[in-house]
Amino acid sequence: MAKLRIGVVSPEREIWSGEADMVIAKTVDGEIGIMPNHAPVLGVLVEGGVLRIKRGDGDDVVAAVHGGFISVANNDVSVLAETAELGSEVDVAAARDALQRALASVGADGDDTDAQIEAKRARARLRAAGEEV
Amino acid sequence: MGAQLRLLRRRIRSVKSTAKITRAQELIASSRIIKAQQRMEAAVPYEREITRAVSAVLSNSADTDHPLTVAKERPTSAGVLIVTSDRGFAGGFNANILREAEALAGHLRGRDIEVKPFVVGRKGIGWHRFRGREMSGEWSGFSDSPTYNHAKEIAEALVGAFVDENGIDEIHVVHTQFVSMLSQEVQVKRILPLEVEETTEEPVDGPLPYYEFEPTAGEVLNQLLPRYIESRIFNALLQSAASEHAARRRAMKSATDNANELIRTFTQKMNQVRQAEITQEISEIVGGANALADASAGKE
Repeated sequence: MAKLRIGVVSPEREIWSGEADMVIAKTVDGEIGIMPNHAPVLGVLVEGGVLRIKRGDGDDVVAAVHGGFISVANNDVSVLAETAELGSEVDVAAARDALQRALASVGADGDDTDAQIEAKRARARLRAAGEEV
Repeated sequence: MGAQLRLLRRRIRSVKSTAKITRAQELIASSRIIKAQQRMEAAVPYEREITRAVSAVLSNSADTDHPLTVAKERPTSAGVLIVTSDRGFAGGFNANILREAEALAGHLRGRDIEVKPFVVGRKGIGWHRFRGREMSGEWSGFSDSPTYNHAKEIAEALVGAFVDENGIDEIHVVHTQFVSMLSQEVQVKRILPLEVEETTEEPVDGPLPYYEFEPTAGEVLNQLLPRYIESRIFNALLQSAASEHAARRRAMKSATDNANELIRTFTQKMNQVRQAEITQEISEIVGGANALADASAGKE
């Protein structure tokens, strides 16, 4: 079966590239699963989403992706993220810390949208690292 | 020791210490160019993908009347983003940019367009302040290693002013393009409104497929265009950073060469003076001894 060629890029560096069987991302419309020979799609990703790249051999790649786009054409998948982090690179303690702080600000001021986004991002990073949130 | 000799020694010492500084600056700049080049290369995949995505949306959707792509029929004001460096010691780097920016401003004024400068880098800010010119935006402190967040901040200000009814109608960028280690060119580009080219030519890597959009083409475009502008500005900042280091390296190399040349001529001059002094002393001694000998010979 054909494989997907995947590139996860942020403006400052290429985060991951390689081949895989399936990609699951979260767009503003909901989760989208891409398998080989998928029709061309261009979607907007949500803030603080988790990207899962299934590689068949059980060696999945998980990344926290904040905003950006996914574009699929001719089995080429590119994920353009404003910032992204591989699950294996996440500093769990720092992310927990960030989540605590963000939740505290949301608790103090319910309309603090920056803090809400910050909390989403921290959650996504923790989930990408395989932690329970 | 003669006064001239002392003077020359002092000058040699001072030139030597200057040469040490310029040599160090040259080495620092050389190592930073490589880093700056790597960062430029690291940004290439994202730029390529986002450009492709923008072309895909624009070529797929019938209505491309997005505020960012529609040119006003009679533009009345234009923002000019001028990317300079924070520090000098880089030869004509900043002078070249500011000259091009002035040329562009003159050209725009000729078309009755008011020019609003947005300036990056302390040198450019200082230049505008000194002339008492008002700036619509200024950013500094990161010219040698810009991050994406800096580009985002600048893009937000520019796009905000562009979208605002009473803001600006066009955005131009003046920055230095890093062509190679030896050559950097000042580039002047209009980034907004985006030019949508109607072309019948096939794109290089085959025709773009017919995309589905999540959620809609319009929404995707809304999200994409600001990111695209950010990426263009980030590219300008990165190019400028690499060019700044390259210009500094070249300027510091020629400064070091000149200093070494000066040291060489001063040393020669100093040796000449020293020789002349010794020769004079010897002839004085010989003359004195002869006179003494003559005098004592006359007595006998």
